[in-house]
Amino acid sequence: MLGPDRKFLTDPLIDNNPVTLQILGICSALAVTTSLLMALIMSAALTSVLVISNGTISIIRHHVPSAIRLIVQIIIIASLVIIADEVLKAYAFEASKRLSVFVGLIVTNCIVLARAESFAMRNPPLPSLMDGLGNGLGYSLVLILLGTVRELLGAGTLLEITVLTTTKNGGWFEPLDLMLKPASAFFMLGFLVWIIRTVRPHQVVVPEFSAATMEAKGD
Amino acid sequence: MGRVMANLNPAYWWQRLLALPNDSRTKTLAVAMLVALSAAVLVSTASVLLRPIQEENRERERQAQITALVSAAIGDVGPLQARVVDLSTGNFEPDIDAVTFDQREAARDQTRSVAIPTENDFAGLGRRAKHARIFIQEVGSKIDLIVLPVHGLGYQSLLSGYLALRGDFNTVAALSFYDQGETPGLGSRITEANWQTNWRDRKIADESGAIRITVARGKAEGPFEVDGISGATRTGQGVSNMLRYWLGKHGFGPLLDRLRKESS
Repeated sequence: MLGPDRKFLTDPLIDNNPVTLQILGICSALAVTTSLLMALIMSAALTSVLVISNGTISIIRHHVPSAIRLIVQIIIIASLVIIADEVLKAYAFEASKRLSVFVGLIVTNCIVLARAESFAMRNPPLPSLMDGLGNGLGYSLVLILLGTVRELLGAGTLLEITVLTTTKNGGWFEPLDLMLKPASAFFMLGFLVWIIRTVRPHQVVVPEFSAATMEAKGD
Repeated sequence: MGRVMANLNPAYWWQRLLALPNDSRTKTLAVAMLVALSAAVLVSTASVLLRPIQEENRERERQAQITALVSAAIGDVGPLQARVVDLSTGNFEPDIDAVTFDQREAARDQTRSVAIPTENDFAGLGRRAKHARIFIQEVGSKIDLIVLPVHGLGYQSLLSGYLALRGDFNTVAALSFYDQGETPGLGSRITEANWQTNWRDRKIADESGAIRITVARGKAEGPFEVDGISGATRTGQGVSNMLRYWLGKHGFGPLLDRLRKESS
């Protein structure tokens, strides 16, 4: 339906995923994925900011003076983030308290600025919107995966509904406290990158130099 | 030249602006101004439109917190009655509607607030409202529990909470904070239930009537002290100063004196 533009939407889901391939947006991916609900809300907030900022920046791209290019992008992104934060405070009050600073920190999420600078500044609005949506969903996919595994293994629940009854409540499941710590998200992200690069070997980054070639070049 | 100046059609000027080379000084300034202006308008609009809903959320949370605070302190929550108090006399003020009274708003209004004398301003507030909304629980005709709103400067933010006192008006039933912006993991631990339970059964003043209650540096000693939080000395001092102000003669002192006299 969307013709050739479709690749802008589907590429960032796995093949060019901003988190697992470009290793961007790691900070929030570690911080908010202790529960699936938080991951979902954070994903929704980031995806909306990304889509609208990509669209807006793409519309005005021919008239942005290069000297203040980054400032203009950041002003647009920051305003959208403030609005997203206000909306959450109004309609998802409890969640916004638990997400605390991480919604505000979408401003510094490299994915948003990277897409603005590398894509929206050079492409027409429709592909930019698709690219924003694709990258937002790519990020969301990773967050939802991490959130699901961490909440399930860390607390035995999904969306705060008990799935595995913990020993504390008379069941058999011993929750893994590690899953609720930020480090576990690092390990899981590492495994995820490993799995994806095993299935899609072209994603493996070729080392720019090795010790042997260094030596050869040395003299 | 004169003919160009005379053109008042905005679309014409808009076209001319867009046609300018991107890196010209005029266009750089114009784009910066326009982007900043539209961003400001958008953000303010969102903020103004959403504020009523956000206030409602906060009010609901405050109510829930008072109920939780009281039920944690004395088990079952009976009906809590809101009262507006004139802080300078300590008398209840039946003319002000306790449901709609907003102490924070009143504190900003010059006619409904007073400046706090510097030597009394332990909590660093500057001004306070002339009135405050408190909650009481009566058993028979005796006041069994009284909940006082307290706020004051911590290390880096305004701390807001509720202090519940038992019927002798000298024993703390509970202290709970609903709003603060202290360092996460350090000062912000004042919101943790673990720390807040330390306040139960602490005494406020000694026999001479001097306010003694305080957050200790380190371990608490005696009936007037509460364990400090390591790494959050300044937040602890803020909490101590806040209580010293609100329980003192410029805060709820007159009200508590009156209630103590009436109950004895």
